[in-house]
Amino acid sequence: MNAVVKQSVRPESIDPEEGRSLSRREFLLRLQAVGGLLLIADGSSIINAADAPKFGADGMPHGTIDNPLVFVNIAEDGLVTVVVHRSEMGQGVRTGMPLIVADELEADWAKVRVQQAPADEEKFGNQDTDGSRSTRHFIDPMRRCGAAARMMLEQAAALSWHVPVTEVRALNHEVVHEKSGRKLGFGALARAAAKLAVPARDTVRLKSAAEFRYMGKGGMPLLDGHDIVTGKAQYGIDPWFKDMLFAVIERSPVLGGKIRHFEADAAAKSPGIVKVWQLPAATATATFHPLAGVAVIANSTGAAITARKLLKIQWDDGEHGDYDSDNYRAGLEAAARNPGQVVREAGDVDKAFQSAARVVEAEYYIPHIAHATMEPPCAVARIVDGRCEVWAPTQAPQVTREDVAKHLGIPFESVTVHVTLLGGGFGRKSKPDFATEAALLSQLMEGRPVKVTWTREDDLHHDFLHTVSVEHLKAGVDAGGKVISWLHRSVAPSLATLFGPDPKHEIPPELGMGFINLPYDIPNMRLENPEAVAHCRIGWFRSVSNIPHAFGIQSFVSELAAAAGKDHRDFLLDLIGKPRLIDPQTLHDVWNHGESPQRYPVDTGRLRGVIERVTQEAGWGRKFERGHGLGLAAHYSFLSYAAAVVEVEVDSKGSVTVPRVDIAFDCGPQVNPERIRAQLEGAAVMGISLAMFGEITFKRGRSQQDNFHQYRVTRMNEAPREIHLHLIPPKNWDMPLGGVGEPGVPPIAPALCNAIFAATGKRIRRLPIRGQAGRG
Amino acid sequence: MQLQINEQTIEVSADQDLSLLWVLRDLLGMTGTKFGCGMALCGACTVLIDGKAIRSCVLPASQAVGKKITTIEGVGSTPVGAALQDAWQQINVPQCGYCQAGQIMSAAALLKDTPHPSDADIDAAMSGNICRCGTYVRIRAAIKRAAGHSEQLK
Ligand code: FES
Ligand code: FES
Repeated sequence: MNAVVKQSVRPESIDPEEGRSLSRREFLLRLQAVGGLLLIADGSSIINAADAPKFGADGMPHGTIDNPLVFVNIAEDGLVTVVVHRSEMGQGVRTGMPLIVADELEADWAKVRVQQAPADEEKFGNQDTDGSRSTRHFIDPMRRCGAAARMMLEQAAALSWHVPVTEVRALNHEVVHEKSGRKLGFGALARAAAKLAVPARDTVRLKSAAEFRYMGKGGMPLLDGHDIVTGKAQYGIDPWFKDMLFAVIERSPVLGGKIRHFEADAAAKSPGIVKVWQLPAATATATFHPLAGVAVIANSTGAAITARKLLKIQWDDGEHGDYDSDNYRAGLEAAARNPGQVVREAGDVDKAFQSAARVVEAEYYIPHIAHATMEPPCAVARIVDGRCEVWAPTQAPQVTREDVAKHLGIPFESVTVHVTLLGGGFGRKSKPDFATEAALLSQLMEGRPVKVTWTREDDLHHDFLHTVSVEHLKAGVDAGGKVISWLHRSVAPSLATLFGPDPKHEIPPELGMGFINLPYDIPNMRLENPEAVAHCRIGWFRSVSNIPHAFGIQSFVSELAAAAGKDHRDFLLDLIGKPRLIDPQTLHDVWNHGESPQRYPVDTGRLRGVIERVTQEAGWGRKFERGHGLGLAAHYSFLSYAAAVVEVEVDSKGSVTVPRVDIAFDCGPQVNPERIRAQLEGAAVMGISLAMFGEITFKRGRSQQDNFHQYRVTRMNEAPREIHLHLIPPKNWDMPLGGVGEPGVPPIAPALCNAIFAATGKRIRRLPIRGQAGRG
Repeated sequence: MQLQINEQTIEVSADQDLSLLWVLRDLLGMTGTKFGCGMALCGACTVLIDGKAIRSCVLPASQAVGKKITTIEGVGSTPVGAALQDAWQQINVPQCGYCQAGQIMSAAALLKDTPHPSDADIDAAMSGNICRCGTYVRIRAAIKRAAGHSEQLK
């Protein structure tokens, strides 16, 4: 035997023990989806000096591309098509990116169309659409694309008129030569312009903010609006071919479970059934692999769902078969009541507790939450002549393409991933197991197009769930009501458990989500992170660990204010202290959302600003009858500052309604304020939803919620009747952008619970609220 | 079986029990009507049957034979449907948009029976339709705008 030969012939296919065959380093970089994961597992640094951290988009796989020939196409009739390489899931990126390009291009918005890029990061730059990053990372490259294309059009016009380029300028879809009054439309110039060299990056002239035509302005209609309201919009669940087959899969109910035995005769005889297949076994490390399961393939999804009920499967549950969320909570609480790994320490907390006039201690629990995107996971695949085409509502196009190629055992180049609209993402659709399933089934069906649809039951049973956590807080207050010591233990299974040996601790991106980087002015502080292990797939859910951290901290501040007999707002402003810029490294935050600590310090002035604004707008201090009250919370996340005031009414039976939510928000420059408002409106509803109802529980390793009757989400009659948004204008457009999609969520649940306290005197420390607001 | 969909008669062979949702989506390729729960809990699959909002995921297609089926692809040819689609765009209601076909169909049934709905009417008619993106405030506003508009269309 020759070891060298053996090694060289080893196929580039999935090794079931090792998980997906992306290199480990690439994994880690990918995880910048949730942050620059520099340390993992044993705490050793995996990225060596040569790979010293890069910030922002440069730290992401494949970085950015700013070539107008890649992103901008101008037809001879003047129609401008902008390629959008990020996934649209409701955040408005298919309007926002073209808007940036069109502005610098001086294009007429009515003549702008959008084309969705397939998965190809070499060509387009990074495509992982999560982490509230699309606009933040791509505003500059997209501006340069638009501006470079504009300069090429101007150059082409100047050449054709034999005048210096300095005498012409683009204006609303034309290039004009004012001296002579000549004009040429973009369409007429397109062909000549495309032949010119793309101007060098450092020669591209960007507009000043005063010249903006679209950026920062309101009232842009959605580019997909008409298609959506007429039923023409194409989601991942919508591709349709005449010879298409429809599949549902019965998956292992327990993470890591395997099929011991199954009987499919009855299912196979059910009407419309074409085939029943067993899918390849799952792997030890979950990553984004499909779970073990049995697929039922039929001539309609309905037929497949009916037949699937007839399958008889005996599962080997494996090591997570006794996961019970009640027991697990007790374990987390026990961990939170004992010292854990210290992640930040200042002063002498224990001594300060002894000198405190009063010590307050409280514990907060947030259970697993499911994404429950209205479009469940789904995808279509077909294989023709060894080439696989996938249509998928994916937040991670490149990873989808890599995963499909590896699982099929075909080259990356032989896979095309068409990115459809996403019927909601919220982080779920960053994990493309559903696309891999479709590809595997198409391969088993000799390349025929196969659509895999997850039923709602599948979605709630097999989600990559939001973590479950206990936040234990203890503070000492001096005689004047000032907080002099602060102990916070956060304990939650990490999403890094998806990728490797169970790290048992929150990783830097999780710590950096409002826990370790708490910018409060407290002299003695200790932050600890005890161990927790995972028994289900943990994933990132819109705003991720900010949810429990904000819930714990912002509820606790309200408790402290009440204990000190102070107004909550004044107390919170006092805790934050004077306006100042804090280097996140001094807070032991090595992550900082993957951004440069110099460019993105924590600005307590801006945090104070949103609190002051929201309380003013919401009429903070208004007096109410019993059963009616206001609650406040503020949280810095994804480099943006958010504060919310929630107004509640609690009736005598404890049922909670929310007449009004106010949010003040500071994300720096606002490219499309209309969509920022929409995102915050959605964040308010999602925050209320998770606070009121959100919970997935486990018994015997199995998720206990089947559908929307058991996993409730906020409906029209439960949603806030009014949402008032207060966007803080940027000081200037040189300020770096903050994120938008996620940072509205974290303050909502604590503001709601603080309002319930104000209304009823009931303190809610365990989500979801359900009946807990009852006064009885 | 023969189905009357959006003013057209369509012949389709389907199992008696197969729900209208999958007949529309999978057999006929009319994918504007969406799947969200399969249990009449979310409203994504809402269509009009003789003008009433019906969850097509739990209605066997065979029971729709002989009735007038209207889907999101056809509702725009009614004044109320057109007014709703227009208002939805004016107010930029959709986020991901996935639920919006069902929302518009429920709203169309509401406005047909109640041209000037109160907030309570809107709550009652629309609470069967989940929007996970949380566009409820705008849905309410768009229904009110369309209600004002459909008045003028009469
Ligand atoms: S899919 Fe029919 S109500 Fe949800
Ligand atoms: S717009 Fe996304 S679910 Fe309603």
